[in-house]
Amino acid sequence: MSPQTAGVLQLLALIGALALAYRPLGDYMARVYSSEKHYKPEKWIYRAIGANPGTEMRWPAYLRGVLAFSAVSVLFLYALQRLQGVLPGSLGFQSIDPDQAFNTAASFVANTNWQSYYGEQAMGHVVQTGGLAVQNFVSAAVGMAVAVALVRGFARSRTGELGNFWADLVRGTVRILLPMAVIGALVLVACGAIQNFAGIHEVGQFTGGSQQWNGGAVASQEVIKELGTNGGGYFNANSAHPFENPTPFSNLFEIFLILVIPFSLTRTFGRMVGNLRQGYAILATMAVIWIGFTALMMWTEFAGHGPAFEAAGGAMEGKETRFGIGASAIFSVATTLTSTGAVNSFHSSYTGFGGGIQLLGMQLGEIAPGGVGSGLYGMLIMAVIAVFIAGLMVGRTPEYLGKKIGTREIKFAACYILITPALVLCFTAAAMALPTPANSMTNTGAHGFSEILYAYTSGANNNGSAFAGLNADTQWFNSTIGIAMLLGRFLPMVFVLALAGSLAEQKPVPETAGTLRTDKPLYTGLLVGTIMIITGLTYFPALALGPLAEGLAS
Amino acid sequence: MTTDVKKQDAMPPTKEAAPTRAPHQDVPTGHKPAEGRVGGGLFDPKQLLKSFPDAVRKLDPRVMVKSPVMFVVLVGSVVTTVLALKDPTDWFGWAITVWLWLTTVFANLAEAVAEGRGKAQADTLRKAKTDTVARRLTQDGKSEESVPGTELRIGDLVVCEAGDIIPGDGDVVEGVASVDESAITGESAPVIRESGGDRSAVTGGTKVLSDRIVIKITTKPGETFIDRMINLVEGAARQKTPNEIALNILLASLTIVFLLAVVTLQPFAVYAGAKQSLIVLTALLVCLIPTTIGALLSAIGIAGMDRLVQRNVLAMSGRAVEAAGDVSTLLLDKTGTITLGNRQAAEFVPVKGTTAAELADAAQLSSLADETPEGRSIVVLAKEKYGLRERHQGELGQAEWIAFTAQTRMSGVDVDGRKVRKGATGSVVAWVEGQGGRVAEDAQALTDTISQAGGTPLLVAVEDADGARVLGVIHLKDVVKEGMRERFDELRRMGIKTVMITGDNPLTAKAIAEEAGVDDFLAEATPEDKMALIKREQAGGKLVAMTGDGTNDAPALAQADVGVAMNTGTSAAKEAGNMVDLDSNPTKLIEIVEIGKQLLITRGALTTFSIANDVAKYFAIIPAMFAVAYPGLDKLNIMGLASPESAILSAVIFNALIIVALVPLALKGVQYRPTSADRMLRRNLGLYGLGGLIAPFIGIKLIDLLISLIPGIG
Repeated sequence: MSPQTAGVLQLLALIGALALAYRPLGDYMARVYSSEKHYKPEKWIYRAIGANPGTEMRWPAYLRGVLAFSAVSVLFLYALQRLQGVLPGSLGFQSIDPDQAFNTAASFVANTNWQSYYGEQAMGHVVQTGGLAVQNFVSAAVGMAVAVALVRGFARSRTGELGNFWADLVRGTVRILLPMAVIGALVLVACGAIQNFAGIHEVGQFTGGSQQWNGGAVASQEVIKELGTNGGGYFNANSAHPFENPTPFSNLFEIFLILVIPFSLTRTFGRMVGNLRQGYAILATMAVIWIGFTALMMWTEFAGHGPAFEAAGGAMEGKETRFGIGASAIFSVATTLTSTGAVNSFHSSYTGFGGGIQLLGMQLGEIAPGGVGSGLYGMLIMAVIAVFIAGLMVGRTPEYLGKKIGTREIKFAACYILITPALVLCFTAAAMALPTPANSMTNTGAHGFSEILYAYTSGANNNGSAFAGLNADTQWFNSTIGIAMLLGRFLPMVFVLALAGSLAEQKPVPETAGTLRTDKPLYTGLLVGTIMIITGLTYFPALALGPLAEGLAS
Repeated sequence: MTTDVKKQDAMPPTKEAAPTRAPHQDVPTGHKPAEGRVGGGLFDPKQLLKSFPDAVRKLDPRVMVKSPVMFVVLVGSVVTTVLALKDPTDWFGWAITVWLWLTTVFANLAEAVAEGRGKAQADTLRKAKTDTVARRLTQDGKSEESVPGTELRIGDLVVCEAGDIIPGDGDVVEGVASVDESAITGESAPVIRESGGDRSAVTGGTKVLSDRIVIKITTKPGETFIDRMINLVEGAARQKTPNEIALNILLASLTIVFLLAVVTLQPFAVYAGAKQSLIVLTALLVCLIPTTIGALLSAIGIAGMDRLVQRNVLAMSGRAVEAAGDVSTLLLDKTGTITLGNRQAAEFVPVKGTTAAELADAAQLSSLADETPEGRSIVVLAKEKYGLRERHQGELGQAEWIAFTAQTRMSGVDVDGRKVRKGATGSVVAWVEGQGGRVAEDAQALTDTISQAGGTPLLVAVEDADGARVLGVIHLKDVVKEGMRERFDELRRMGIKTVMITGDNPLTAKAIAEEAGVDDFLAEATPEDKMALIKREQAGGKLVAMTGDGTNDAPALAQADVGVAMNTGTSAAKEAGNMVDLDSNPTKLIEIVEIGKQLLITRGALTTFSIANDVAKYFAIIPAMFAVAYPGLDKLNIMGLASPESAILSAVIFNALIIVALVPLALKGVQYRPTSADRMLRRNLGLYGLGGLIAPFIGIKLIDLLISLIPGIG
């Protein structure tokens, strides 16, 4: 079987698995967020944090919950890292420097998992499992909660109430992420991923010399790393490390974990707004972009020209021979189109165009299918923008799901789409203009520029993957990327929740033959076009000077 | 409709206070081709030249700042001017500078042209608003005093006699007069205004032609109907509509995104070893921000209002025009909108023992003296269906004519010893019995059948040698205007529900509703019923449009999202509605909805076009900027533009010229065909989305071919 065929077959298997999970998982999540019942363990949690899960919140209250919880998380994670040196179970690692501790705290709370440290050489069991892994769960649950609040905004009318943040947070964690993570971890352990609290082993190498192997609760962290679209690896090599991702099957399984919740959330959305077709239209939009990007990535990576490429059958540099080009391409597209940022290959080593596809994937705002929760709300914002521009062309004030897109709604949506481009472009420009940040580049020319562009694109969009090749553990990068991650995560949430509040207050407009149908292929095409054109126009000059210049050079 | 609009454009405003608008011609709706029904009139390129000084005047930054997109262009123009002055030998800098200024001026030109059309109308209106001297009645009501019209207060009583100009808006409280309202409506036939009832409202600036009336002033000077009209057509009172504001917000945010993309580009370019001049960066910025829609946005809004004015409809707010596009329920009065004003004879049904020809003959004879439309229609039917030549009253020598009166409810003739009568069932039965005759047994059954079918039965009877007897029944029915069914089908496809409002009984209403093809009807409608219906529809999230003229319509007009008051109506109705139809033609409601939709479509189409345009501009400018540093980027120059300078200049020139090229479209509005949202979207996306992607590739290439001929550029 040729590597190309293998790649396509893996993609088809992945699509099949996602399709199988779509209905049951999507419906289950809808039930979770609509249920009136509280389980015992949940009640204990509510009592412990002093929250009343029954009270409905308007958007400012919901937002306060999100921000307060996240702020406490950042502080806790920061303190944990700063105190690592004195905590037991830290494998003897030192406390983390303030700038790196801030960066890492921001990174994990913002569901980014950008790592400027080497996991196996800096973080002990306590920080990894008690701090980072916990955030992998709850930061994902926060994203889902915000998405559900927006969906409620569409589904409800004549009320400003969006549900209860604490209930959504706890349920997302306890009823969705935890059970799935347990099953997923078992599968990964069965594949050979490690799960222990062992220390550091010195292992002799065949060629002489020795190597350090860490033990750790890897499988449990690995599964939520993918499932919660977090991406922060236990080891620096991330999913390219055999302890994290041992076999081609585990590789495919990890890609499945990355994609399954974001895709299935469209079903949850359809269920909750009472119109499954609307969910399918959003699903179709995501799927078209995802499959398109994957196909392009495979094409460019297999088609690399030059003697080295031809000998290897494509661009093999920086890719694991265990996985090959096809599975690496699928993984890298899945990870950049979601807010995951886990890697099983080195993105810096992809062809010029390949790097461009990864960058563009993140720059789309990670909405196809995007991060858990954040993908859905990001896509719904684009759907609102597309409805607004094109909806006018049917001769009515634009409406989406029976809600008018008026001045207030478009204001929030417009602010949302401003944030990440502003963060990415301004920080990249500052880094390029200042003398010191450029010292971190290990490449020159267009590729060097791509490294920095990638770093801020990844941070501001909460992806967390690194292009590699950039020494990001400097005060400048730790601080600016940390800020980019926090602002890139929480500012958009402000506007999403404000939009949700505004939508929930409206009374619905009945659908007539004069209403723009948002559940038809034509609308999906329109939405894909809007997303590609608006993002493409924003980043085209930057991309031209990075990956395009590199890719077109040969 | 297109025809009468063309006429106005061709007709220059004349010196005398002649109406600028041609009198509305009620073209039978069904005969008009659906296409271009709401076209906005021809666009004359001369208007561009005429408005040029206005466009330059609008360069005032305080005015420009209202449109964030064009304000950025203005700032860009100033920046490049300064740079060009610093390096006067750089032809490229000057060329860019000139075209950026032109871009700004072209944007203002679009607005100026749109406003210019209204100004001509306003000037004519102003002439009607000459300073009048009012004859005010003193407190005791016995004597008159002369005061300037501008000093009248609400509640003042003024006297107007033949030849007087009415000094202000008000209601007639005493007397009847014929009034020439051509200054406002363009209709030269005088109208009757009388105290009490629904025809009491008079408008300042109109002229009393006969008799004497006393008017109670209802508006302050400066706020009269004519003042409001002037403000409206001039655009002075124009406020941005909600949708326009929303679109402006989106455009502003896109402008910020592109501003960031361009500002941050310089450090990237420096790193790449291709530092860009500020002129090139400004050119890139102006090409990227949505200038096309930014330039045309206000012109589209003004032109939308103008299209209504051309149809003799005054919208009191742009909000109402926008709401018209969103309307999902239309309340239409039966009479005058759906049916012709009057019932018409449709059939002669003889009783047993009489022939149809006999009945037709008697019916015709008895109706010759009946000048009501119903009566005329009987004569016409007899002629058309039974070949009976119309006889004139004079031909029948010794005839004694009995005209129809409201008291007798019968008409007829006594001739050659024969007495023929026709009229309401009760009256005729009473007459027959009074003459000692007998009413045929089946007459009752026949009239019942007709009533149940929604018609009105009239009995025809005769008294001759055979005695008095009923001959048969005339079936009068409401005649649905031609083409209404097709019109309602179109509306249904557009997702608009039509509800017929009528005072008829449910039976009659149902029959007409079915014939006309409306979706629903409200029979025996009282103003309260109407109000309840509107509230019910609105509770379901629907927007409702209606027309009305009477004072008792006022609450419903105010409640409706689009309330069109008839100009013939009371001032209360005109005050309550948010539009006034000067022609008082209720069918126009449908056109108003279409104009509202067309306004929104034009905005959406040009926004889509504007954004799609940017793709090609990148392909022109990015290789021009960076192919020196990264030769591979020259592969993006898929248009094969001659040189970096010509490429950038071509993009800037295209960007400026496309504004002028689209001014006619912005003013006329995009072509609108009533159809479902799906088909409309498909069509407009293809035309303005795909078209917007492709057109600039061709346009920029052509401009590049042209300017590369200039020595030193190519």
